[in-house]
Amino acid sequence: MAPPRSFLWSRRIFLTLLTGFVLVPVYVMVSSSLKPLADVSGKFRWLPSGLTLRPYIDIWSTIPLARYFVNSLIVAGAATVCSVVIAVFSAYAVSRYDFRGKRTFTVTVLSTQMFPGILFLLPLFLLYVNIGNATGIALFGSRGGLILTYLTFSLPFSIWMLIGYFDSVPRDLDEAALVDGCGPLGALFRIVVPAAVPGIVAVAVYAFMTAWGEVLFASVMTNDATRTLAVGLQGYSTLNNVYWNQIMAASLVVSVPVVAGFLLLQRYLVAGLTAGAVK
Amino acid sequence: MTTTATAEAAVRESSPGAAARGPRRRTGRIRRIGLPYLLLLPALILELLVHLVPMAIGIVMSFKELTQFYIRDWGTAPWSGLDNYKVSVDFDAPVGEALLHSFLVTVGFTLLSVGLCWLIGTAAAIFMQDTFRGRGLLRALFLVPYALPVYTAVITWVFMFQHDNGLVNHVLHDQLHLTDEPSFWLIGDNSFYALLTVSVWKGWPFAFLIVMAGLQNIPGELYEAAALDGAGVWQRIRRITLPSLRPVNQVLVLVLFLWTFNDFNTPYVLFGKTAPEAADLISVHIYQASFVTWNFGTGSAMSVLLLLFLLAVTGGYLLLTSRGRKAADV
Repeated sequence: MAPPRSFLWSRRIFLTLLTGFVLVPVYVMVSSSLKPLADVSGKFRWLPSGLTLRPYIDIWSTIPLARYFVNSLIVAGAATVCSVVIAVFSAYAVSRYDFRGKRTFTVTVLSTQMFPGILFLLPLFLLYVNIGNATGIALFGSRGGLILTYLTFSLPFSIWMLIGYFDSVPRDLDEAALVDGCGPLGALFRIVVPAAVPGIVAVAVYAFMTAWGEVLFASVMTNDATRTLAVGLQGYSTLNNVYWNQIMAASLVVSVPVVAGFLLLQRYLVAGLTAGAVK
Repeated sequence: MTTTATAEAAVRESSPGAAARGPRRRTGRIRRIGLPYLLLLPALILELLVHLVPMAIGIVMSFKELTQFYIRDWGTAPWSGLDNYKVSVDFDAPVGEALLHSFLVTVGFTLLSVGLCWLIGTAAAIFMQDTFRGRGLLRALFLVPYALPVYTAVITWVFMFQHDNGLVNHVLHDQLHLTDEPSFWLIGDNSFYALLTVSVWKGWPFAFLIVMAGLQNIPGELYEAAALDGAGVWQRIRRITLPSLRPVNQVLVLVLFLWTFNDFNTPYVLFGKTAPEAADLISVHIYQASFVTWNFGTGSAMSVLLLLFLLAVTGGYLLLTSRGRKAADV
């Protein structure tokens, strides 16, 4: 049965408006990154007066963009890997075992999602400084401290989602593996993990995006050598000039890998959410 | 929360089977009893180190007179009892008045932003439930704002909101002649709408994503039965789709609320360390109270009050929704 005209027209109008809303900033980012400085300093123009790739060359020398990029990659990459591995272990324990304190654990971990970041920013900063003074392990100002912080940000959501996902993997499968002589970890890695790949990919995407986009802790806990993109990009505004074309070019360079990765994996994300979080 | 409950039930059902599998070696049994705790240990240590211990320190700090003189060695800061709390909730004095104002702005902003994100996301997901040409492309496009790193997305909006060289004033003033003068968007009263626009632009795709996932769990037979009964497409949306989405929506709205209420990144990149009064969200306000005016004790007290508020709202919300009631029963 074909939908009525009222539905088709509402759909057309709504989706067209929404597409415009979504696309305008994307267009501004792309077009401005190809404009000469005069074009972005004067009145806004929809079409550039002349196309130039100059901003894409200059972004690397105006600020140490490459260093920030590497820092962000290391921090977000390491936080993602650690967060996923730890979440897999925790979710497996909660999904497959009955033990004392299970509810307390899940409720506590989930409720940390609710904490305003600002509440533990300063205490965490002081804690890292104290640990550094006491043990010599440099957490404050180092990439390690930031990795440690970020991986806990995505952990609650990851654990929660993977519990749901592991629950949907039939228990008979890994119990059969246990009977066949697999250890519990063997059953986890040979049966449960392969069956839950979409959920694990979804969780990894989420963890990477969380770490790649975080601003508050990055601005307090980094120094010149360990600064990430989130803080570093502010360097394009100088007292004399704001290099908007370079800012847009750098933003695009920074965004393309994340957006491309996300769009490639989005099918997994919907599948993961369906099985894990939405049930 | 429901997932936990079902997991527990499932474990209970399966335990007799596990016992019937026969005797195991003693070491094996000990390992199995300790194993869940061992598996949880890394998560537990990290949550303690990064969330729970700092939170406890934060609560202790809120009872201390913690200014820049004591920050090097915060343990020696003098106790001040409830002074920080009294200052925060004294709404007749400047500090308390500013906090109350910021709180009210945040509540209004959050309700509007969450409402719009939910509305746009749900409408888009429902309109895109059936296949049509270009649906895959559109779906990918709609996820772009969510996938963009916060600071690059917000910086682009900062550029668009510029007074002299921004797109927004160019369109509203130069092209459509809707305003007499080019407006200021990042200072003054307009900043509230600027922040709301950015927040909705960035946030609605998450609602879209979750509702899309939720739609896949609605059994097709429901729609077929409705079609047999002669229900039109609008009726099907109202009678089947929306009611079936209720459990998903309950979680979605709570998560959106907490994220928006605690959001720091968007206002911080949009306005910098000091937000305009009309868009002074509570996270940035507390950051400013702590790190710019160097009064960490008061900042901590404000954070604790914020946490208590969020706990109360979340608790109340969970009690009011069926999901929460189910979880509380177990």
